[in-house]
Amino acid sequence: MKQKLTGAEILIQCLQSENVEYIFGYPGGQALNIYDALFRQDKIKHILVRHEQAATHAADAYSRSSNKVGVTLVTSGPGVTNTITGIATAYMDSIPMIVISGQVPTHFIGEDAFQECDAVGISRPCVKHNFLIKDVKDIPQIVKKAFYLATSGRPGPVLIDIPKDVTAAQMDFDAATDYPKSVEMRSYNPVNKGHLGQIRKAVQLIENAKQPLIYFGGGIVLANAGNLLTNLVEKLNLPITSTLMGLGGFPANKPQWLGMLGMHGTYEANNAMQYADVILALGARFDDRVIGNIPDFMNISGRTIIHVDIDPSSISKRVKADIPIVGNVKDVLEDILEILQSSKQTPNYQSWWNQIQIWRERDSLNYRKNQTCPENEILPQFVVEKLYEITKGDVFVTSDVGQHQMFAAQYYRFNKPRKWINSGGLGTMGVGLPYAMGVCFANQNADLSFPTVACITGEGSIQMNIQELSTCKQCGLPIKIINLNNGMLGMVRQWQEMFYSRRYSASYVSSLPDFVKLAEAYGHKGIRIENPADVVPALEKAFFGEFKNDLVFLDFVIKKEANVYPMIPAGKGLTDMVLGEK
Amino acid sequence: MQENQNQNQKQKYTLSILIENEFGALSRVAGLFSARGYNIESLTVAPTEDESLSRMTIVTSCSEFVLEQITKQLNKLVDVVKVINLTDTAHVGRELMLIKIRALAKDREELKRTCDIFRGKIVDVSENSYIMELTGNPQKLDAFIAAIPQSLILETARTGICGIGRAERILKI
Repeated sequence: MKQKLTGAEILIQCLQSENVEYIFGYPGGQALNIYDALFRQDKIKHILVRHEQAATHAADAYSRSSNKVGVTLVTSGPGVTNTITGIATAYMDSIPMIVISGQVPTHFIGEDAFQECDAVGISRPCVKHNFLIKDVKDIPQIVKKAFYLATSGRPGPVLIDIPKDVTAAQMDFDAATDYPKSVEMRSYNPVNKGHLGQIRKAVQLIENAKQPLIYFGGGIVLANAGNLLTNLVEKLNLPITSTLMGLGGFPANKPQWLGMLGMHGTYEANNAMQYADVILALGARFDDRVIGNIPDFMNISGRTIIHVDIDPSSISKRVKADIPIVGNVKDVLEDILEILQSSKQTPNYQSWWNQIQIWRERDSLNYRKNQTCPENEILPQFVVEKLYEITKGDVFVTSDVGQHQMFAAQYYRFNKPRKWINSGGLGTMGVGLPYAMGVCFANQNADLSFPTVACITGEGSIQMNIQELSTCKQCGLPIKIINLNNGMLGMVRQWQEMFYSRRYSASYVSSLPDFVKLAEAYGHKGIRIENPADVVPALEKAFFGEFKNDLVFLDFVIKKEANVYPMIPAGKGLTDMVLGEK
Repeated sequence: MQENQNQNQKQKYTLSILIENEFGALSRVAGLFSARGYNIESLTVAPTEDESLSRMTIVTSCSEFVLEQITKQLNKLVDVVKVINLTDTAHVGRELMLIKIRALAKDREELKRTCDIFRGKIVDVSENSYIMELTGNPQKLDAFIAAIPQSLILETARTGICGIGRAERILKI
């Protein structure tokens, strides 16, 4: 039945129609109409964060860890400028997300009104698309378009800016009939099906290859194509590696898994990437952290690159593809598997596997072999390894950015997609804790209890959004913070050690807070761990023991100068790996 | 390797774009060029006969490899409906120039003659100056400027190229 509703009420009903369950946000003047409409309904729950940046990260992780779309609501001016880092983070990793920002009334726009800022202009380079709603009549159509754009094609964040007079204006509305069921845009038609002729060529190339490799990225996770990928790999016994964003897209416990490739990838993955004769790239983009120096990578004759991506602009951007296939990796994998069904070939890559075995024997992730480790010091790798063991690789892991992120990627073996939540493209420090919050809300158990989430972080990153400990208390989130505390901005320090003759410029963090007391001040539990022997007992206490239902801040005091190995120095090629201490 | 070198050579390209005639559409295109470090030599834009669409002509100078990226990136913009590259096919490209010239009695005849030779028109006359209107490809307009004594040129306003494909090459939805 049609009712006279305000723009704010219509907006909320549109969000309800999109099955939005949670909004992460922070109120303010120009968003008050919307907050009032939120108050007068109970379908959508609002999570009050302590800083708008955290709201976007939480919404981003809500999407990353599920098939749902995270939504953020903020006010104009500083409210929206604070979301920019979060929006750019989601954009770089192609994460669907909706950001709604209040705006000053239309007749004030351009007058430098209080808390006015050009939200559409300032967010333009880091959104998939954005809208300024100038008329209450446009709200339903634009909300529908925003969700469609965010989730289709190459996903991404979409911002909707709504002036206060538009949320106050009234019109007759009935969500059941007036909210569009679907939307068509003549200027936007993402292609899902790949070109069959190209796909056939690709299959033939793989079947006739001597040294094939699958290299995949976050696209596999976003397309929910993990099972299809596993079928393909097991059917042909293909070696497989992934980017940081792809981890979990293929189970790490399968024999075909070579580990992550790239700057901190394994010896076998990087060598296989360099020497493969056919590379099947799936939902990945050959970025600089993955293939290193381009001329070095391309300095191999007779290699054929098949590149499947839903975004044509990702293909032949840095590395020219021989067989470009534009399409959703899921659809393309379905076609590949179907073509293989009727194929009579049974390819045998045994001599390639023999070569890979030799690379594997280098045991490049054996950290005890790669660096000195005094008995009384905790190595960060050891903590992650133990975390993996006691959780059986089965919990959600969020991370911040730096050494701890790489240790998490290397030593926590992800067997399922959407369990590994981190900022790959933008490399945003401070995402870990708000990411863990988003994961909690997106993956509540049937009894509404929260899932187990480990936030692997460092004393540098965690302080960038530490205020969210307060949000966690308000919502009762039992997040386990694994703080790998070396008192240094570890990755910066590692680069300074290796490339700047140990001139540790601004990488030493002094005057650190007592994290145990800090956690307690926020109403949580804290444990400081200084001895290797105490690592497992502390983890057990936090995950299964006395503190099981609490947020626990585990402050691991680790070896100061532990480094991430292997490492390809920036600008070097895939085979120029530094494998350990010289 | 040879192929690679050709791909890296810079060349001028003329792109025609149909774009939704919406608030901010121009800034999305301009922003894309500046954000990704592409060069714009000229850009013209105006609504088409269908008022919901604008048509843009962009002249850029880049390598073939970069041109492929520019085209893909433009197509990726949600407001962009269609992109075509006019460069390698038969097309007409024209630029309009308005030029104000100091025209004192002694120079008036000669200026008028030069204007006629370039098939320009005098569209405004004042006691001491002419405004001339010329269209053509940019080289022709450059040649006209070179043909007028520099000291007489008071100001110029040029539109940048506006292009359209010949015969059946039509950019429409």
